[in-house]
Amino acid sequence: MTPSTRDRTTAWFMIIPALTFVAVFSLYPAMDSFLLSLYSEFPGSERSFVGFGNYAELFRDPVAYQAFIVTLGFVLLSTILELILGTGSALVIHERFRGRGWVRAAVLIPWTIPTVVASQMWRFLLNDQYGAVNAVLFGDRVEAYVPWLADPWMAFGAIVLADVWKTSSFAGLLILAGLQVIPDETYDAARIDGATAWQRFRHITLPLLKPALLTALLFRTIDAFRVFDLVFVMTQGGPGDATQVIQFYGYKTLFTEGRVGYGTTISVTVFVVIAILSLFYVRTVGSKLLQQEPA
Amino acid sequence: MTNRPVLVGGILLAVLGSLGPFLWFVMTSFKSQIQVEAIPPTWWPDGNLGFYASALIEHRLFHYVRNSVIVAGATTIITLAVATPAAYALARLRPQGTAWLLGGLLCVAMFPPIVMAGPIWQILDSLGGLNTHWGLVLPYVSLTLPLAVWILTTFFQELPFELDEAARIDGCTAWQALSKVLLPLAAPGLFTTAILTFIYAWNEFFFALLILTDPEQQTLPVGIALFQGEFIMPWGEIAAASVIATLPLIIVVLLFQRGIINGLSFGAVKG
Repeated sequence: MTPSTRDRTTAWFMIIPALTFVAVFSLYPAMDSFLLSLYSEFPGSERSFVGFGNYAELFRDPVAYQAFIVTLGFVLLSTILELILGTGSALVIHERFRGRGWVRAAVLIPWTIPTVVASQMWRFLLNDQYGAVNAVLFGDRVEAYVPWLADPWMAFGAIVLADVWKTSSFAGLLILAGLQVIPDETYDAARIDGATAWQRFRHITLPLLKPALLTALLFRTIDAFRVFDLVFVMTQGGPGDATQVIQFYGYKTLFTEGRVGYGTTISVTVFVVIAILSLFYVRTVGSKLLQQEPA
Repeated sequence: MTNRPVLVGGILLAVLGSLGPFLWFVMTSFKSQIQVEAIPPTWWPDGNLGFYASALIEHRLFHYVRNSVIVAGATTIITLAVATPAAYALARLRPQGTAWLLGGLLCVAMFPPIVMAGPIWQILDSLGGLNTHWGLVLPYVSLTLPLAVWILTTFFQELPFELDEAARIDGCTAWQALSKVLLPLAAPGLFTTAILTFIYAWNEFFFALLILTDPEQQTLPVGIALFQGEFIMPWGEIAAASVIATLPLIIVVLLFQRGIINGLSFGAVKG
């Protein structure tokens, strides 16, 4: 079908409303943030141009440095755990058995639950007095109960745990889609050759699953960088700054302290880090997708 | 993995791990205040509905539910209305730059919310959109559009090209081919997109927190995150509110698990 001029006009009419939304509420705000980050602006002060001064300040800011380290640790740890658990659950829900639809729905449920609800839930489960986690671990030995969220390392572990619980199933679904395109014959052939279950997983499943794993890895990495809800509800960045991730620090600077220039500098820096990751993503996985579309 | 005991163990682990923590919260919502504050915790609830009554009436949960229904409903309708023609054009009419547009949308979907937050707040402030539902719906539409366009584009591409070619030869315009021939066939795709968009808008917290500071207008996630008691944390009420906020989504997942799974992987790893 060669598009006529009229079709081309229609096509743009169809696309323009979507583009307008994205331009006004996503592209323009992102660019405006970049401009704002070049100014110094406090509540009650005049706006003044400082060039990359805010960025220079960011590089010397120990709180920002700490927030980046916490975020990086969170991203690495949660993504790795989510890929491992996601692969595990994908392998399970890929098998054929009675009631598989129900099991799949059950695995999906954590992903559906609002993050705010999941955060309150884990905050309660980890409560130092009424929490189920203490009850399961220590039973009646009340004196042994641990105030998980009051300890810097435990609190960090808690937000990782909550994120892993909530989003492993998303990683699992992407990996499941990858499993579904591996033909059964490959396994049958390996089985005839006497390969054990582990050998089949190690030498067939894993290599063929690479694109799906990569997709899940990058989606989860990018999403983990944006973690906010969990921290807001569970720890408010504390104790100390132990769970203050970069997006929470940016939120506080921007909206609680009203430091527009510095706050947007933090957010633009997060943006640049994620943009580099996205480019990597689009190049490795996305370009293949775009090419295979019928021309 | 055909080993039976391993599979059964895996199924049990996956189901218990996924549902166990939430079930504890569900049971908490049916307890009494004395049971919630018991140390060590009690396992089985009395079957008390007190927390539901208190959450709905004293904490005005109805209000938050209503606000969430309005915001998530409006977002879903507008996103579908805007994304469907765009996806049709990108899948079928393929104007120049289609690949760039799709790639660009994917990049926009990766934007961290915080980088847009300040300027969006300022735009809404100047339009009078702060503390209004439409002020939240506008950015939600923009945030859900990239994924919606992607899912629908892959969906339209999978429908046979002969269909709209035949319609076009019979004299249909592109709009007619879309609305009369393709839309009915794309219904499952539209439905999946609607569900995913609705779930996003229902669950979103960050922008809702920034844009809605007036409790009259706030959505469920904001209400649940800012839940306050007079002296102690009202865990029972929070659990009841959480169950209410989650129940519609659980029903949707039970009913449409297959469509959601297909939509989420939106062809990302096909081929």
